[in-house]
Amino acid sequence: MVESQSESLAETPLAALHRELGGRMVGFAGYALPVQYPAGIMAEHLHCRSAAALFDVSHMGQAELRGEGAAAALEALTPADVAGLKPGRQRYGLLTSPSGGILDDFMFANLGDRIFLVVNASRKEHDFGHIAAHLPQGVTLHRHEDRALLALQGPGAVPALAALAPGLAAFSFMGIGSFDIGGVNAIISRSGYTGEDGVEISVPADQAEAFARRLLALPGVMPAGLGARDSLRLEAGLCLYGSDIDETTSAVEAGLVWSIGKRRRMEWNFPGADRVREELANGPKRLRVGIRPEGRQPARGHTPIADADGAVIGEVTSGGFGPSVGAPVAMGYVARPFAEDGSALDLMVRGKAVPARVAPMPFTPHRYAR
Amino acid sequence: MSEMRFSKDHEWIRSDGDGATVGITDHAQNALGDVVFVDLPEVGRVVAAGEACAVVESVKAASDIYAPVSGKIIEVNAALTDDPGLVNREPSAGGWFFRMEPADAGEISALMDEGAYHSFVDSLA
Repeated sequence: MVESQSESLAETPLAALHRELGGRMVGFAGYALPVQYPAGIMAEHLHCRSAAALFDVSHMGQAELRGEGAAAALEALTPADVAGLKPGRQRYGLLTSPSGGILDDFMFANLGDRIFLVVNASRKEHDFGHIAAHLPQGVTLHRHEDRALLALQGPGAVPALAALAPGLAAFSFMGIGSFDIGGVNAIISRSGYTGEDGVEISVPADQAEAFARRLLALPGVMPAGLGARDSLRLEAGLCLYGSDIDETTSAVEAGLVWSIGKRRRMEWNFPGADRVREELANGPKRLRVGIRPEGRQPARGHTPIADADGAVIGEVTSGGFGPSVGAPVAMGYVARPFAEDGSALDLMVRGKAVPARVAPMPFTPHRYAR
Repeated sequence: MSEMRFSKDHEWIRSDGDGATVGITDHAQNALGDVVFVDLPEVGRVVAAGEACAVVESVKAASDIYAPVSGKIIEVNAALTDDPGLVNREPSAGGWFFRMEPADAGEISALMDEGAYHSFVDSLA
């Protein structure tokens, strides 16, 4: 996680609520956000896996694309299949550079008359500038800086929220729609960043605090901070932009080829298609893999990875302790000959070799409502 | 047993006959969060006051632990290997980190007493 203690941190619409709940505020992507509440990261993490946890993700960038040709315009910037996405459905995609690097990962959804976008907080200025600069006549980008974003995650999330949002329980994973919840216009998608069933909810900023209080009053819901969000997504094998993927990594190296539409892999008309095509044909030099260190010692991001002879063959990009796994977990890039499940590696933690093995991800099974 | 003394890095140290026991304060364990691993120093290592000699890993981050005084490490708390959560549950008792043979007992008495440490913590808020 990229943290900063800048003096000019922005606040989300829930800042006062976080402080009231005892949140320990830290700087993240320019925002003051709770890293944890008094319960602690471990308890918040485990509660999300067993019941439901509420996260404030209002720092993320929300926008919509409107106009004839919006899908084609977005396809000029991403290898994802945008045009083929049915109304009421959301998809994960990558913004790619002409040289095949990843500019950001993002969600896009077909809301019928428009495409709803959610991008990373640390990249939103870049992304929205990039998208706006590449739009044809008739397609416009509208940022939703007046909307907050909440994530209610865990097996109890949809059962609890369905009482307020009739019809939500019929959504499958990546379903999305608009709801009126007591006068609040909520765009709800059945998705998230934890590996659990759950939803992300976009609501008007000025109604967000009252709405969050309603969610916290639902049975089994407790607030959770950035710390649990990071350990949950790591166990789920999900990438954090800036750590696990960036402008140097390709979709093939990152194991994100599934986010490239089948049609797009025949047309090869997206930014960076040459690199993706070459790496698919000949194999990439390195691959993102899951890593299980032996023992209890976590290996954090930037830990060098060595082979049995001590030669550096990769680097950990995210690592920590997995509360649900009950052991340290990590992901990182290794040279392709070492990428097979079970490959023995040494993680060089503070100069000492910690034995580890390449392991399949996710570390905890996804429990999406398929 | 003599009274605890405290460093500005939030370690406590208590003289006990032939040596002194070192751990981290309740304030420190609360700031670190759930401890999942403790990397302890080797017995026999000679450390200087303020030298990083152990690492506490929480779910989120790794943090250095410093020797509050100069001396030699004479014992480490093996119980932390299987139950690092002791640091959170009993920071000033079962969650101790190591015992050392201080080079100069005067270095211990020069550290903060409990009242001074509490004032110091309050001044950080």
